[in-house]
Amino acid sequence: MGQEAKIRDNQGGSWLYSDMVKDHFFNPRNILKAGEEDAYAADAMGRVGSPACGDEMVIWLKIDKETEKITDCKWQTFGCGSAIASTSMLSVMLIEDGGMTLDEALKVKPQDIMKRLDGLPNRKIHCSVLGDKALQSAINDWFRKTGQHDRIVVQGAKVIDATLNITDKDIEEAVLEGAQTVEEVQKKLKVGAANPEAIPEIEQLIRFYSEKYYG
Amino acid sequence: MFPIKPTDKRLVYLDHAATTPVHKEVLDAMLPYFTEHFGNPSALYHIGREVKNAVDQARKMIAGYLGTQADSIIFCSGGTESDNMAIFGVAKKHAHKGKHIITSEVEHHAVLHACEQLEKEGFEVTYLRPDETGLVSATQVKEALRPDTILVSIMYANNEIGTVEPIADIGREILKWRKAEGTVYPYFHTDACQAAGVLDLNVEKLHVDLLTMNGSKLYGPKGIGVLYKRRGFAIQPLIVGGAQEFRMRAGTEHMPGIIGFAKAFDLAQKKRVEENTRLIELRAYFWKELQKRISKIRLNGPELDGVDVRLPNNLNISILDIEGEALLLYLDEYGIVCSTGSACTSESLDPSHVLLACGLPYEYAHGSIRFTLGASTSKEDIDYVLTYLPAIVEKLREISPVRLSQNPTDNTHPTYLQR
Repeated sequence: MGQEAKIRDNQGGSWLYSDMVKDHFFNPRNILKAGEEDAYAADAMGRVGSPACGDEMVIWLKIDKETEKITDCKWQTFGCGSAIASTSMLSVMLIEDGGMTLDEALKVKPQDIMKRLDGLPNRKIHCSVLGDKALQSAINDWFRKTGQHDRIVVQGAKVIDATLNITDKDIEEAVLEGAQTVEEVQKKLKVGAANPEAIPEIEQLIRFYSEKYYG
Repeated sequence: MFPIKPTDKRLVYLDHAATTPVHKEVLDAMLPYFTEHFGNPSALYHIGREVKNAVDQARKMIAGYLGTQADSIIFCSGGTESDNMAIFGVAKKHAHKGKHIITSEVEHHAVLHACEQLEKEGFEVTYLRPDETGLVSATQVKEALRPDTILVSIMYANNEIGTVEPIADIGREILKWRKAEGTVYPYFHTDACQAAGVLDLNVEKLHVDLLTMNGSKLYGPKGIGVLYKRRGFAIQPLIVGGAQEFRMRAGTEHMPGIIGFAKAFDLAQKKRVEENTRLIELRAYFWKELQKRISKIRLNGPELDGVDVRLPNNLNISILDIEGEALLLYLDEYGIVCSTGSACTSESLDPSHVLLACGLPYEYAHGSIRFTLGASTSKEDIDYVLTYLPAIVEKLREISPVRLSQNPTDNTHPTYLQR
């Protein structure tokens, strides 16, 4: 177990965010300006989220074919302060000290981004998770383009409630959006009452993801 | 980068629907009640009686504006308690007559969560869906009425988009129903927290049985609210103990709050016609200039018209392709304070229930910004916002991957984003 990233709560001071978050929020690094996307010859691109969800992130990577190092990284984000700051910080982490290799980059966890930002408020954690997912999507794009299909990381989803077709991914998303009980998960997913047989497993997953992200 | 911070940075407070500062005259009226006039109004000796007299005067004055008797005015801790008292109070006292309640999807959470609580206790609640401007019609209420309906609760004016609901029309429909059915039900409650300093509150014209107000929206103190309850029917108190407030709300009176509320309410009601005209003009200027300077923006809620349609101080807009919370934080750096219906500011991470109820797509709700003008707002303040807001929007759009169409039905992503 590594050192846990510090979580700030809203009693933590006059500004909800750390100075580091504020710095990246007001001076975002490595932005690809709107309109310059085509001119920037990226080797790979990944996106996650949608404006309807409240967050959308796009990450572009330039990758050295020989060393598999990320030589440059640009991004765009539609989202709140935390989303902008976490994508900005992630872009810095990927290219500092000569750039990460793809294998190193794949090991970047949301907690690592949060740690570098000196913490995020509890309910903003999903913002850093999105950055991590956008990166993974970009790296998969590279693997696909270079024919390395065996290296593509697929996030498998397991159906938990067959009646309502709820997967473990759905539950993860719901927990990241603040759900803490079976009832709240159902509300988030806009589904009716869960199959009674599935409830113990749903509860277990809620505990698992709560601990993973908020523990 | 972002526009250079001004050397003449000022505080431009445009969140008057959230709360208002206490008016100097109100504070002056309140202060003696902390120290000099500290007596308990329930006490029989002279310092108690003097304070009791002041409560009576306050009650009488408030009742005057409502066109009712002083004993219909119940002081409590604020808008939330007043809403709760009305809803739980009717539900618990009259459950034997029926367990159906009618309300709307655009109510404040103090009403909605109280209704949800009652649903868990076996009540049935009809949540009326408003039109795209947030309006609930008298016909909708009429059609939802049932023999077991004991309460209708519809707000007077909406806190997010300023929609003024047709309370008098709804009240008339309820009166007709009662007459036709030969019943005293349902009782009619309205949450008038946003309307209290702005609209006509005569309860005889509105045909309401219960009406909620609070101090902190009309330049009075926080922690004080009023529930108007018509004579002639009972509700169950939320808080029991002493015999204060006609046994409807126990606890020693919050004297500075009561005096402050009364003073603030008096000032607001006296000035309201003149102030409404001023704010409507200022808001029209603000919106006209915003449309000139920022592309892809849309007005949320009713047209910017008179007080019978929309609260004069409310301007709620969606700025497409950017997210409301981010915009709010940047504006804050320039001293501009406002609010957003974006999910990121809420605990639940869902965007504003009011905007969604009006049928606004999620992506538009996430980019919504509410400016609520007030007594201190000047044209200079609006010009200051107009100087910085367009540049901040431009910057945020530069870093945003989203390109929404102004027409909600044909939103597609740019080619490089298509899979």
